[in-house]
Amino acid sequence: MLLFLTALPVLAQGPHDAVADLSIGKRVFESQCALCHGADGSGGRGPSLRKAKLKNAPDDEALRKAISEGLPPEMPGAWQLSVREVASVAGYVRSLGKIAVEEVPGDSVRGKALFTERGCSGCHIVNGQGNGAGPELSAIGARRSAAHLRESIVRPSATVPDDFLLVEITDGGGHTIKGVKANEDLFTIQIALPGGRYQSFSKSTIKKLTRLTGQSTMPAFDKLPANDLDNLVAYLASLRGAE
Amino acid sequence: MKLAIFILSVAACAQVPFERIRDAAKEPGNWLTYSGNLQGHRHSPLTELTPANVGGLKVKWAYQFPGGRNQTSPLVADGVMYVTSPNRAAALDVKTGRELWVWDRPIPKDYQSIGFGRVNRGAAILDDKLYIATLDCYLVALDLRSGQQRWAVKVEDYKPGYSMTLAPLAIKGKVVAGVSGGEAGIRGFIDAYDAKDGHRLWRFFTIPVPGEPGSETWAGTSWKSGAGSSWVTGAYDPDLNLVYWGIGNPGPDWNGDSRAGDNLYTCSFVALDADSGKLRWHFQFTPHDTHDWDSAHVPMLIDAPVRGRPRKLIVNPNRNAFYYALDRTTGEFLAGQPYAKQTWAKGLDDKGRPILVPGMDPNDEGILVWPALNGATIWYSPSYSPRTGLVYVATREAGATYFKREAEFKPGTFFSGGGERRIPESEQWGAIRALEPATGKLAWEYRLLSPPWAGVLSTAGGLVFSGSNEGNVFALDARTGKPLWNFHSGGAIASNPISFNIDGRQHLALAADKVLYVFGL
Repeated sequence: MLLFLTALPVLAQGPHDAVADLSIGKRVFESQCALCHGADGSGGRGPSLRKAKLKNAPDDEALRKAISEGLPPEMPGAWQLSVREVASVAGYVRSLGKIAVEEVPGDSVRGKALFTERGCSGCHIVNGQGNGAGPELSAIGARRSAAHLRESIVRPSATVPDDFLLVEITDGGGHTIKGVKANEDLFTIQIALPGGRYQSFSKSTIKKLTRLTGQSTMPAFDKLPANDLDNLVAYLASLRGAE
Repeated sequence: MKLAIFILSVAACAQVPFERIRDAAKEPGNWLTYSGNLQGHRHSPLTELTPANVGGLKVKWAYQFPGGRNQTSPLVADGVMYVTSPNRAAALDVKTGRELWVWDRPIPKDYQSIGFGRVNRGAAILDDKLYIATLDCYLVALDLRSGQQRWAVKVEDYKPGYSMTLAPLAIKGKVVAGVSGGEAGIRGFIDAYDAKDGHRLWRFFTIPVPGEPGSETWAGTSWKSGAGSSWVTGAYDPDLNLVYWGIGNPGPDWNGDSRAGDNLYTCSFVALDADSGKLRWHFQFTPHDTHDWDSAHVPMLIDAPVRGRPRKLIVNPNRNAFYYALDRTTGEFLAGQPYAKQTWAKGLDDKGRPILVPGMDPNDEGILVWPALNGATIWYSPSYSPRTGLVYVATREAGATYFKREAEFKPGTFFSGGGERRIPESEQWGAIRALEPATGKLAWEYRLLSPPWAGVLSTAGGLVFSGSNEGNVFALDARTGKPLWNFHSGGAIASNPISFNIDGRQHLALAADKVLYVFGL
């Protein structure tokens, strides 16, 4: 009975009840986690945490468990942190991968229709629909600000993601081929061609390899009427994945 | 008679007396110690593989480890290869890769790697035993023939953050080893154990206590959590009877406020009397380090002329981006210069001490400095080829913004005091660089796509082997750096290559993530 009574307060202050304080979370993160995950969570020895979805922590309970108990084989558990500190670090880590919901002008329903009409789904998959030549956008609103989304539509070359580098290759026969780099090692490079096929080159057979940094295969939608642009941004901002 | 022959053959195999390790160059078909020889050269005297035929290298067999990110450097003795992974060792038939025995030791459930991966970098052989250091900080001796445990000694308690990831160094009658834990505020040390029964012969603490020489370089009680780990295998000069070892960063890593002073013997090489463990000399590469630039490197012992005079050198391309040549008898600084991009020092003075650029310590807002915390090179091995007279080092070219944060010491937790934000991946790169040993002057470089995590092997046939993050195992011409052969392994490479003979034919072995590959013609 005594055991039951003494156990009660502990249960009442379980991890689910701890209130996250992001300032505490930031302080603890920078002191305890930054060594591997980078001072801003962008990664280093450990993976980047600036993602909407974390592979090893799909929900908040899993994230708190990972923080306090660690993730074998590499990540040690921060067993010394209080329940509140763990919740605060978890809250802070979640905040790194999310853009807060913004009030944006525009109609997301009209934006969705426009997304299809303008052919965006020819290169982007949203919730399983579309073609996958470009980045998937199912949770883009949780990762990018409305301003960034607007810039990406009007001037795509200003916001090319690192894993969509356009390259130009002149092969041994003097032909020039452009595509998005799919992979590369010291001796070979693989590119995705506009039609969706892949082509692999041995670097020893290439005459010239140019990395077209800052260029995008996406056309610039810089002539969109202001209303349409607002609607499209509103639609993209509403795409926040499964929250 | 048959029985007598059997007994004789058992006695004849699985015996590696110290003299065989000391004279490793006389039996290049084996690889008897972590670096191939006691001088830390990671050089194979084998000559069968050459720039003319290396293009014909093919996979002969592969061995799958239980887990990934393997950093092991195998040993080869008398037809058997010994490989390690965390708390595990295996003996393999060198012709086929088939397991002959496996030994493992459970990793305690409450064990934590604080600031490093769960890895093991290799074993040591002496006489009839194989020695392996474990994550939970035991040194274990196994029967070389059967893998059965002969003895196990507790080196330290793992709970405050001590651990062992390195290959021990076997010298005459002793096994020398160091510890990891520099991000947990440990007090580091280097130990020597009796090879026969495992009793401890001496311990050299890398952080002096008040009253000892060097203690004046620590403010207040900061020495107690001063770190100074010793997590990479050292070298040994049998003639001078000195053990050379690299020492890690001070704690906390990026916040030096509480530990004013040079913080000896962190970020140093120490030369220890092999019989007593007494300090003969030290040289500190990075006084009062605030960037996590451990000097946990394999020292290379080279005899070469400096300014026309023959010298016994100890050389080191350091994590801090400077190359150093010292006299290994005295520790005297002879020469040094940057071998990679660095922005923290204007140069070295005539004693080898860095002339600091003001304002490069981590601060609250962050300060951009080259190299990044993993340095211009790190734990993996460099190589020295007496044939070309060049030092080879896998070089990392990356900078980072360093931040200082508060650091509260609690045993068994991170004691780092900050972190870094690295420059974008697209701006980071790497290179295999060939340097002149007496000066560090660049002879050639072979550019890599990203900062490497694999060591370098040179061979007397005129080749340099290494691996890339992208999975390439490759061979370069040792004189020019020209690429001659490559194989895509399918896994990021973070290990050291070795070379050895199978049936008198030269082979190459290298671990790539989960798989050890053996290549031959």
